[in-house]
Amino acid sequence: MNVTEEVRSVEFELPAAKVRMRKIKERLIYSALLGCVLISVLTTVGIILSLITETFSFFQEVPLGQFLTDTRWTPLFADKHFGIMPLVAGTLIILVGASLVALPIGLASALYLSTYAKPGVRKVVKPLLEVLAGIPTVVYGYFALTFVTPLLRTFIPDMSIFNALSASIVVGIMIIPMVSSLSEDALVAVPHSLREAGFALGATKFEVATKIVLPAGLSGVIASFILAISRAIGETMIVTLAAGSTPKLTLNPLESIQTMTAYIVQVSMGDTPHGTIVYKTIFAVGMLLFLITLAMNIIGQMVTRRYREVYE
Amino acid sequence: MEEESVALQRRSKRRATLDVAFHGLVLMATAFALIALAVLMFDVFRKGLGWLDFQFLVSFPSRIPERAGIYSSLTGTLWVTAITALFAFPIGVATAIFLEEYAPKNRLMNFIDINIANLAGVPSIVYGILGLAIFVRGMMLGRTVLAGALTMTLLVLPIMIITSREAIRSVPSSLRLAFLAMGATQWQTIRHIVLPASLSGIFTGSILTVSRAIGETAPLILIGALSFVAFVPRSPLDEFTVLPIQIFSWVSRPQAEFSNLAAAAIIVLLIVLLSMNAVSVWLRLRFEKRNSK
Repeated sequence: MNVTEEVRSVEFELPAAKVRMRKIKERLIYSALLGCVLISVLTTVGIILSLITETFSFFQEVPLGQFLTDTRWTPLFADKHFGIMPLVAGTLIILVGASLVALPIGLASALYLSTYAKPGVRKVVKPLLEVLAGIPTVVYGYFALTFVTPLLRTFIPDMSIFNALSASIVVGIMIIPMVSSLSEDALVAVPHSLREAGFALGATKFEVATKIVLPAGLSGVIASFILAISRAIGETMIVTLAAGSTPKLTLNPLESIQTMTAYIVQVSMGDTPHGTIVYKTIFAVGMLLFLITLAMNIIGQMVTRRYREVYE
Repeated sequence: MEEESVALQRRSKRRATLDVAFHGLVLMATAFALIALAVLMFDVFRKGLGWLDFQFLVSFPSRIPERAGIYSSLTGTLWVTAITALFAFPIGVATAIFLEEYAPKNRLMNFIDINIANLAGVPSIVYGILGLAIFVRGMMLGRTVLAGALTMTLLVLPIMIITSREAIRSVPSSLRLAFLAMGATQWQTIRHIVLPASLSGIFTGSILTVSRAIGETAPLILIGALSFVAFVPRSPLDEFTVLPIQIFSWVSRPQAEFSNLAAAAIIVLLIVLLSMNAVSVWLRLRFEKRNSK
């Protein structure tokens, strides 16, 4: 906003020294604010640099081919193998399980809040969902390990104490509010005239919701799915506490597994000397995690931006 | 004719049934989320409430569950949160001011926008790795309160910026233009018009943002916060632990007593978070009242 230029004509009434002081002050403030903006840019640079340097030195010891194709991940054992696949498989089970819980339930409650719920109900339900979103992940981890797992084991007795099923259900519960609130935003943004037209033709709420509102807001809903899944991939404490610490190339949710995030925590809990290969695995796994979530976030934002353009 | 209308009636009845069924379905889905919340709360309070007393708040962790408490972790949480707020609030608000009031519309600023949005989506554990590499090793701060708080600052900064920008954007531009037209400089306008008008929004958003830092566990494990601390940090350069890490370490133990201790600590953590929420709501109401006068 450069309105100051036009205002300059008034300044002749002030003494020249004061005007100069003001200009210097304005410029100083401008620089200070700009400096603060740079911190967020430097954060990105810092993340990338710190990940790249150690990852690079990791790949000088472990060939990329082994990292991608070996089916065992055992950096903490004497017989070291550095195949990332078991950790990726573990992360995948959690993300599929969490999606099965969170995507349908989150979308359904978005449809409920945007089409069926009376304003009074909405006023109560929305803040409650926000409470659900504000609960620390370590609390969810506690819930998974001490409540959900024992509950599931009464139905599936031979399931191990640490298992992917319980963790993925709770990760799903954790991301429900994210799916429902972002989807609801997209559904509410669908012009009211479209709904009214549907109702005027005699459509039921179900028909308006599924045949008009949902298709019109679909890209926003998909964006919410992508962002929520990205959250599930980066989730750490629930999977560390409830899913176990045995990297395994399996897709069986009843077994104990390990995700990328849980591995990073496991290594940092022990005293790992700086410069060792085990220390470097933190960064290599972190790099992969960063790249996956970054890609998903960028795709999610692109989809969001696209649907915004339609209605503006 | 008769047959057609019967068919039509049957069809509209089926549509109505479908509508009711779908209503039930989406209602149940929403209820599931709320029931999960209720069960979680009930479970935590049922197990933890019996262990929660004044002694629990002022005792150090111990191998004997009856003597264990959260004195060191609660103090650590307060330290880390206070320093995080001290850094994140001014930097976040300053960035928001620049981006809303000064920034030209060009490619660079567009890049910075996208960059901030992406930073908000980076998993918290990656911030832990950043903190480990830069603050703990690079700046040789070690496993200190300061290293933890700086890591947390970078973690909450994107959200702090986004919420502050929303608050600043909601100030009508007619107010700015009027003040500028009277000969005020840009900074004077921000200082006397924009900030006072958006302060309530900035505060509310900031409190909620900082409360996110209170619940974070993973980044602090990465930078090496300890899980068994029998002392209280006296300065930002002391080692520390925080409430979520204490909870994590108790949940990890197999004995039921420690799991109950974790539940008690969770109650304290939730009370801290809820009271911060309450403060932000109270602040908003107060500002709204003053503005309406």
